[in-house]
Amino acid sequence: MSSAGARLNVTPTVTTLAVIKSRLAGAQRGHRLLKKKADALTLRYRGILRDIVEAKRKLATSMRDAHFAWTRAKYAGGDAVKHAVLDGVDRANVRVMAHEDNVAGVKIPKFTCRKCGADERRMELTGLARGGARVREAKASYGEAIGLLSELASLQTAFVTLDEAIKTTNRRVNALENYVTPRLQNTVKYILSELDELEREEFFRLKKVQAKKKKDIEETEMMEAEEEKRITQAVDAELRAFGDVIGGEGGRGAGGNLIESEHDEDLLF
Amino acid sequence: MNEEGSLMAVIGDEDTVTGFLLAGVGHIDERQRANYLIVGERTTESEIADAFKAFTTQRDDIAVVLITQVVADRIRFLVEAHARAIPSVLEIPDKENPYRPEADSVLARVSHLLGGEGGA
Repeated sequence: MSSAGARLNVTPTVTTLAVIKSRLAGAQRGHRLLKKKADALTLRYRGILRDIVEAKRKLATSMRDAHFAWTRAKYAGGDAVKHAVLDGVDRANVRVMAHEDNVAGVKIPKFTCRKCGADERRMELTGLARGGARVREAKASYGEAIGLLSELASLQTAFVTLDEAIKTTNRRVNALENYVTPRLQNTVKYILSELDELEREEFFRLKKVQAKKKKDIEETEMMEAEEEKRITQAVDAELRAFGDVIGGEGGRGAGGNLIESEHDEDLLF
Repeated sequence: MNEEGSLMAVIGDEDTVTGFLLAGVGHIDERQRANYLIVGERTTESEIADAFKAFTTQRDDIAVVLITQVVADRIRFLVEAHARAIPSVLEIPDKENPYRPEADSVLARVSHLLGGEGGA
């Protein structure tokens, strides 16, 4: 799986980043929980495996005993017993009750063997021929085997159910670990890099704007300074010219008194 | 699962089935359907297969199917294909032939998973 670059198709915004981050946190928490569940199931599974092997071995012995007991009963009672049994089948006296056992949220059916009463009548019928005691022994022996079998059946059912549950859980764990989480992480990385890129662009733009403004200000300042210089020079020149004029007329340089220097003739009207 | 509990079904040779019937497993319901099949010399594979299919898929009052290993070998493909948890199929040894754990579908898987430590 190429999860190296795989990511969700999202718009890189701060809001999306928050959403993706919360999803990532959820995925990681789910992964942790599922891992724990898988561990619990596997633990139970291992125990059941051992129990199954043990029970199968016990069953082999028990069945051998039962078969032997039946053979003895047949020897004592002849075929009549067999026919009596085969003809006497009506309602089941042995039934299995199923109830559920819960392992880490997985429901495992568990069987217990239950014997209904009211089988003595048929028993006596069988015993009317010969070898009633042997038949009773065989019956007890098979009853024992049935007990073991129901135990084994629940173990085997648990085995199959747990097997399925473990497979599903492991699939989920792996999916989260190898697919969902990397994708979300890549998305977070992508959004962060895009946001950084945007920020850098913004910073650069601001710098540019600032530089431009600075340049503008400097230019205006320079122009203003030149203008001022020009004005000052012009004023100076004028002042100098004015001074020359005054100096030339009054003969005493600039600042001569008009009233004193000039002979003011009276005006006659 | 009904109130009364579920049934056990038996498929096997005459002695094995009779033994279990003696212990009170046998049941004949209102429609005269028996929950056992006696496999004799003249019983064909398709008869066994039909009974096995009926016990495992069609009837919901059966929780455990007991099948002797010799008979299971004859319909091994069906036994292998049975993957559901309920009813659970148990292979039992019969009178004449000794029990071979390595032929048992479930036990083969179990010993494989245990890495050989729990095998035969």
